[in-house]
This record gives sequence, C-alpha cells and structure tokens, in this order.
Amino acid sequence: MSAKESKEPLLVVEGLEKYFPVRSGFLVERTVDYVRAVDGVDFSIAEGTTLGLVGESGSGKSTTGYSVLQLMRPTGGSVRFEGQELTEMKGEDLRKMRRQMQIVFQDPYSSLNPRMTVGDIVSEPLEVHGIGSRKSRRESVRQLLDVVGFDPTFTNRYPHEFSGGQRQRIGIARALALNPKLIVCDEPVSALDVSIQAQILNLLRDLQRDFGLTYLFIAHDLAVVRAMSDTIAVMNQGKIVEAGPAEQIYESPQNEYTKALLTAVPVADPRRQRERKAERRRLKHTLAEGF
Amino acid sequence: MALLEVRDLRTYFATREGDVKAVDGVSFDVESGKTLSIVGESGCGKSVTALSIMGLIPKPPARIVSGSISFEGKDLTELKESELENLRGNEIAMIFQDPMTSLNPTLTIGTQITESLRRHLGLSSEEAKKRAVELLEEVRIPRAQNRLNDYPHRYSGGMRQRVMIAIALSCNPKLLIADEPTTALDVTVQAGVLDLLEELREEHQMAIILITHDMGVVAEAADDVVVMYAGQVVEQASALELFDNPEHPYTEALLGALPSLEGESGRQARLISIPGRPPDLLDPPSACRFAPRCPYANLEDYCTVEQPELRELRPGHWVRSAHPAGERAAVTV
Repeated sequence: MSAKESKEPLLVVEGLEKYFPVRSGFLVERTVDYVRAVDGVDFSIAEGTTLGLVGESGSGKSTTGYSVLQLMRPTGGSVRFEGQELTEMKGEDLRKMRRQMQIVFQDPYSSLNPRMTVGDIVSEPLEVHGIGSRKSRRESVRQLLDVVGFDPTFTNRYPHEFSGGQRQRIGIARALALNPKLIVCDEPVSALDVSIQAQILNLLRDLQRDFGLTYLFIAHDLAVVRAMSDTIAVMNQGKIVEAGPAEQIYESPQNEYTKALLTAVPVADPRRQRERKAERRRLKHTLAEGF
Repeated sequence: MALLEVRDLRTYFATREGDVKAVDGVSFDVESGKTLSIVGESGCGKSVTALSIMGLIPKPPARIVSGSISFEGKDLTELKESELENLRGNEIAMIFQDPMTSLNPTLTIGTQITESLRRHLGLSSEEAKKRAVELLEEVRIPRAQNRLNDYPHRYSGGMRQRVMIAIALSCNPKLLIADEPTTALDVTVQAGVLDLLEELREEHQMAIILITHDMGVVAEAADDVVVMYAGQVVEQASALELFDNPEHPYTEALLGALPSLEGESGRQARLISIPGRPPDLLDPPSACRFAPRCPYANLEDYCTVEQPELRELRPGHWVRSAHPAGERAAVTV
C-alpha cells in the first residue's frame, strides 16, 4: 500500500477477523468450530469523515466496531489508528490510545449507570484518565453538556429522570469528554422516536463539523446511514459485500444483496412504495429464505 | 356500518398523582377488508387504544372512562369478561411487537397454536393438529409438519412472528390488530411479514389495524391513516391523501424528520427536528397539545388557550389544528 507516503487515513482496517469458538463436549470441552462474526474486513476512514457500516442483525457490524476499538480483541488482521497498530498494543499504551477513540451505544436506557448522577457519568472518563482537578472537571462537564444541548443545571440528577433523547445526549457528552478523534456510533438512534432521532443526528453532524470528528457509524437503518455518511460499507455474514461513496451505493448498487436490502426498506410515499414493492418481490430470491 | 366503530374513547390510568389520560377522546372506523394504520410516537396512546379494543388493559390501574367501541354493532365496553373471551382470539385477534416474548418458551409451537383452535372452535386434538400444520404452511413455515413439536427458541425472530400471525389467524378473525408487528425485525424480514399480512388480508377479507411509528410501513400497507399525538387523533385521512397533503404541523414534521432513502437530500440536507417533547398526560394543557412545539402557533392564537376541534378540511380528511398547511398558504397569499 502506498497510502503511507501521502497521508494515511485516520483509521485503516485490513483483513479484520473475529472468530468466536463454538465449544462442545461433556466434561472435556473442545472447540469444534468457529462462528466467523467478522471474516476478513477491510476499510479505512479519512479524518473528519464518516463511514456508514450497514447490515442486518447478526451481520457482524457491531463486532467490527468493538474489534476496532479493541473492546473485543480481534482474532486476526490489523487495525491502524494514526499509523499505529492497535491489535498488538496493550496496557498503558492502549489506555492512552483509548482517549482518542470513544463509543456511543445504542441503548441510552442501559448504557448509563443508574446509580451515578449525570455529572459523574460525564466526568468519569476525565477521572479515569486523571485529567484536571475536581473543580476543572466540574467546569468541563458543564461545557460538555452545553455542547450537546443538555441543560447543565441538571448535573446532579440521575439518568432515569430523563427521556431517551436526553440520555443519548448524556452518552454523547461522555464520549466527547476526552476530546477524541474517532467515535464509533453503534446504532445511536435506533431506540429513539423519529422526531428525537432527527435531533440527535443533527447534533452528531454539528459536532463533526465543529470538532473535526471522524465517525464509524453503525446502523441497520439505511436512510439514517445515508443521512450521516460520506462512504458506505454493506456487511453481510461477517464480510463487506459492497463499499463505496454514499451516492454510488444508494443510486447504483452493484451487489445483489445491497439491492435487496435497499428495496426492502419502505419509503414514506405510497405511490413510490408500490413500485418498490414490485421490485422487492423480484429481488426476494437473493435473500436467504426471506426470513 | 363499519366493522369497528370507536367513538370518543377515553382510557385513563390511575396513579398516585392523578389520572394519566393515555387515550383522550379517540374516534375512528375500520372497514372490512381494509387496513387502518395508527401512527404516532411512543406514549401517544396508540397501543393503549388497541388494548382497550381488545379489553386487555390492566384494570386497575386503567379504566375506560367514556366512549364506545362498537364491533358489528355490539359495544365491547359493555360486554362481560366471559363474553369478551369468546370474542378475543376468535373474532378479533392481536399480534404484538416482540415475537421473542409473546410466545411461551416452555410450550411447543404446536401446543400454542392448537390452544385457541380447541378453545374457540372445539376441535379435537387430532383435528387441531392437522389445522395447525395448515396454518403454519399458510404463513410459509417450511416443513411445518416436522416443526410442530419444536419449542419457540428453535425459531428465528421472523418465524416467531409468523407463528404469532398463524395463531392470530387460527379462528379466521374479522379484525386483526397488529401492534408494531415488524419493529423488532430486520428490514428484509419485515418485508416478508408485510407481504404475508397483505396476502392473508385479501384471502380472508379481514380488517387490519396496523399500529406503527414507521411512516414507511404506513405508506406500504395502509388504506387509511390515523395520526395520534398525546392521546388524541390529530389527523385522519386516506393514505394517499395524507402523504400528498399532510395538514397538521405534527404530521408534516414527522415526515420532514425522516431521513430519505432516495432522491437528493443525502448528507447535506438538515433533518427537521421537532423541538421539545410531548406534554405530560397527567395534566395535559387545555390548549392545543402540540402548541408548545408548533412552529406556527403564536401567543395571540386561540390554539394556545383552548383546544382546536377535529374538523373535516376536505371530504374524509380530518385535522385538529388551528394552522393546517392548506390554510397557512391561504393566509400568506
């Protein structure tokens, strides 16, 4: 690869593999097979851009996200962040790298500790990494909450007092606390109502513009991914089946699976949807079993 | 007379702080062989409306305060529990959002399907089994005969929802209430389930109430649409009319908030977000419930003081707003 000569993208993933052993046997367990959750995935993300990773449940998209962040150790392949190999890194080195890479989870109901106040949740990353004094951290929390559009006067409240959209803002503030370069967004809006979803998507786009953030945006909703991404990678059964600029994937998909996936999404227009339904039924055979 | 006529339904939940007015004056008709979609966001009262029709609201704390639910001329709110039991699963059936939790994990699929066949149709165990296989075939479960003795965990999400549909259809109901039937499913699986519902509706001339939050699903499946907000109907029209000419500011915003899959407006377009959140139904404002989030309501308006009535703007198109799109245009001209 000649990418190094010019400027290598912020994140480069090559041949990423995550196999989970399937064990069987009575008393003596043996590994009989592997579930190839991520099976040789390549992609890269340039700084300040968004890669949308789409696929159905079980396609391996979340496992890919976790493997990139080394929250799950990949069983093969390479993940380079700013030119540094993460898969071999451990201990203090990896901890330091983690400041640069954060994650926003899907479910704002279960990803915030119910026993911690909003202020404690957002300042925890700062404490863990020993950044600032108690007082300066309090100030940082106020600023962070302000940036994500969460009223900073509520820092002493608990997560259960807030709606899903507000909780997701808390989760985003926590992810921003260490001033990361890369944020993995794992289905960040799929638990939210449509009107709230739009607020969060707009917020993520504003933050990207203001802070030059790079996103790995993982979602099953193809319309949401389109609204967020510069480039798209479509995953199916642990592999990327098609990747490219967003316009190209949405306007002239080449892969049969991508086509089937795109036509399966109903659009909010009854006339157009009638045509799409006919198209979808034509493509049905490309999907395994249809269910 | 329509198959189902809901009139001014009010279902309240008693809490320590007072009544939560989950459904507050909802009316609509469902015709035989048609699909009516109830669309709205979480907490708008769409599921409570469905459960009220089924007589499945938990009493207490919930109670139907007023209104009528007339099914083939019988008012369901006046029926005794035993009479309702004969109707439920027989004439009116329901499928739920989560196929993972609505089947009993300790009973085989066969037992769960034959249960209602024996209860409502009085079939013998042998007959019921035979019918169960037919039903599973009808919802396209491959090798149905062999899969009758399987437990639910052996079925995928999409297959479980098909089993739920098979159970719901087992007594040939006249009305099927589907509460977010595809929300937990992948889009490709959703497409299969929606296709199946459409085929079965045509075959059995069944009416469907399809409850969803997804405007795409509405566009695909509905003949008529009811948009709910904060326990009330805010707009009602045929599907084509609603998508062509959305009138209520809330409906417009809901459609604008959707990222689109086709056409221009990819990454550049900013999504319309609705500021704020729905009102607390414990003590809903006496004004229009959408007014605090409405871009057109200003303080001099009557709608910030009292509630607009649901009115028929065009034949069959009802709106509860002081500022429907049609009238806004007229003002600026």
